[in-house]
Amino acid sequence: MNIVAVTSCPTGIAHTYMAAEALEQAAKAAGHTIHVETQGSAGLDAVSPEVIAAADAVIFAADVEVRERQRFDGKPLVTGTVKDGINHADDLVARAVAAAEKAPAGSTSAAAAPDLVTKTEEGASFGTQLRGWLMTGVSYMIPFVAAGGLLIALAFIIGGGDVVNQVNGGTYNGKEYEAITDVSTILSEVGIAGVLFKLGALAFGLLVPVLAGFIAFAMADRPGLAPGFVAGLVASEIGAGFLGGLVGGLLAGGLALWLSRIQVPAAVRGMMPVLVVPLLATAIVGFLMLQIVGPPIADLQTALTDWLNGLDGASSIVLGLILGGMMAVDLGGPVNKVAYTFGVAGVASGSFGPMAAVMVAGMTPPIAMALATVLRPKLFNDAERKAGESAWLLGGSFITEGAIPFAAADPLRVLPSAILGSAAAGALVMALDVTSRAPHGGIWVVGLIGNPLGYILAILLGTGITAAAVIALKSHGARKAGSPDGAAAAATSTARPAAQF
Amino acid sequence: MSDVITAQFVELDLPATDKTTVTRLLAQRLADGGRVTDLDGFLADVAAREEQMPTGLEGGIGIPHARSAHVTEATLAFGRCAEGVDFGASDGPARHIFLIAAPDSGGSEHLKILASLARRLVHASFREALDQAPDAASAADLIRKEIAS
Repeated sequence: MNIVAVTSCPTGIAHTYMAAEALEQAAKAAGHTIHVETQGSAGLDAVSPEVIAAADAVIFAADVEVRERQRFDGKPLVTGTVKDGINHADDLVARAVAAAEKAPAGSTSAAAAPDLVTKTEEGASFGTQLRGWLMTGVSYMIPFVAAGGLLIALAFIIGGGDVVNQVNGGTYNGKEYEAITDVSTILSEVGIAGVLFKLGALAFGLLVPVLAGFIAFAMADRPGLAPGFVAGLVASEIGAGFLGGLVGGLLAGGLALWLSRIQVPAAVRGMMPVLVVPLLATAIVGFLMLQIVGPPIADLQTALTDWLNGLDGASSIVLGLILGGMMAVDLGGPVNKVAYTFGVAGVASGSFGPMAAVMVAGMTPPIAMALATVLRPKLFNDAERKAGESAWLLGGSFITEGAIPFAAADPLRVLPSAILGSAAAGALVMALDVTSRAPHGGIWVVGLIGNPLGYILAILLGTGITAAAVIALKSHGARKAGSPDGAAAAATSTARPAAQF
Repeated sequence: MSDVITAQFVELDLPATDKTTVTRLLAQRLADGGRVTDLDGFLADVAAREEQMPTGLEGGIGIPHARSAHVTEATLAFGRCAEGVDFGASDGPARHIFLIAAPDSGGSEHLKILASLARRLVHASFREALDQAPDAASAADLIRKEIAS
């Protein structure tokens, strides 16, 4: 019988290891195989996901919370104190065997591989490490994308497209709305749809900070969390979008890791991970993001806006092509915002074509990614396939952020594919004279769309192109570097649990 | 890296008193050897750990221990007490007392040594060999060899 055990104790220098030894002896004496993970202070030798998957039963001999215990979900489990592990190891082993025998057949395979844990081991190639860091950030971000996005979509379905403007103010279909300043009045002023929208918008506000925070966490463990989250907040603040979050998270994690490795006198060593490293890394990365990354982004936006406004003479199809491509460049980042703002400004001045172009172009990336995960599931890992399930509705609701999990995990293949499809969709919108009087809402505001058939056609075209492109690019990459599933499996097999998280 | 234990940190004839007294006797040796900078501060840390859960274990072992800012490097003091001292184990007093002093942070090499010592403690043969040790130097040798094995 295969047993996996975790031992841990408050100090982590004695009982943890005694219990591990006693359990190993007891299991050996009883003729079983055992792998013990000692969660002590001499580092953490995590049992691999394969070992957990193969285990018939799990033993926790622990006086403190077992870290990353969800890795063992679904396995027959017996628990005891760490002293039970030392003094009554044979008893614990016997109970584990009994629990395994009592468990219904097949239940032991229920424990899924830990798709949330993709932290990479040192020593892996930089590319593998980078992918692992990004995937860690992405996998923690996906629930925020799904929850926030679906709440917003639900708000559209219940309350109609103008729910956004009822809450945030602005113009919708020619009508002016005042923004609500006191959130406690949303329910009485706008109704439940307004509340759902507000909650979704708040969840979306965490999207980039969570992405950056957990990228940094994957790199530097807990000392990276604060600098990463703050770097993500700054990225949101300066309008740098998820690409800014990626950069900020990597910077924060790298810096926190580097600071953690500096040899310091024993007296201050204890203060490093909770005080010194987070403080310095947060200050430095935050400053860099605000002062070095921020101004060029603002300049870029101004320049792009001027350029778009100067395009008057160009044909409307070229304008649609450009607007569409811009929507997909950074999926909600600075370039996307310029194109979107241009569309909204058009609505205000009575020109409804650009709005339709940006809306369609913003819908196709998530829908296309969802389609690709269904057509070629093997090209995506488990977390991405799950993100694909909600991306249909997010894309349909013109919530471009639904594509961010895919883009953040593999920007070099996903973003060009998205740009291609969105640009084509934008161009087709203009060519077919599709218009939109609504600044948001996707398929839920089809009543305010001029030439709905053209609208649908453009969505289908953009979706098809992006899905085909991303499948082609990912398949090509897979031939070169082994299948992404293989790479993901390699990343998970070297996964170690997040320390004390 | 200094030895995790030397003859200086071994006391083969501890008086049969109480755990506070024998812990202090062993800690004094660590302080004399320069491994503990503040005896009372270290003892307070050990007592705090002991209060969480007594460290007596079945088989006549007591392992008072702490990670403490007053420890310069991971070190072990070993004491033997023929009559035994109560460390709160359910099956009676402890005859082998291992005082484990670990620094507050860093030095994972040392912590690995302590981890492997803790693993050896589980083996009855190790404790029996310690009973037979004729003097402090051979007890310290025995422990060092066991940890290295």
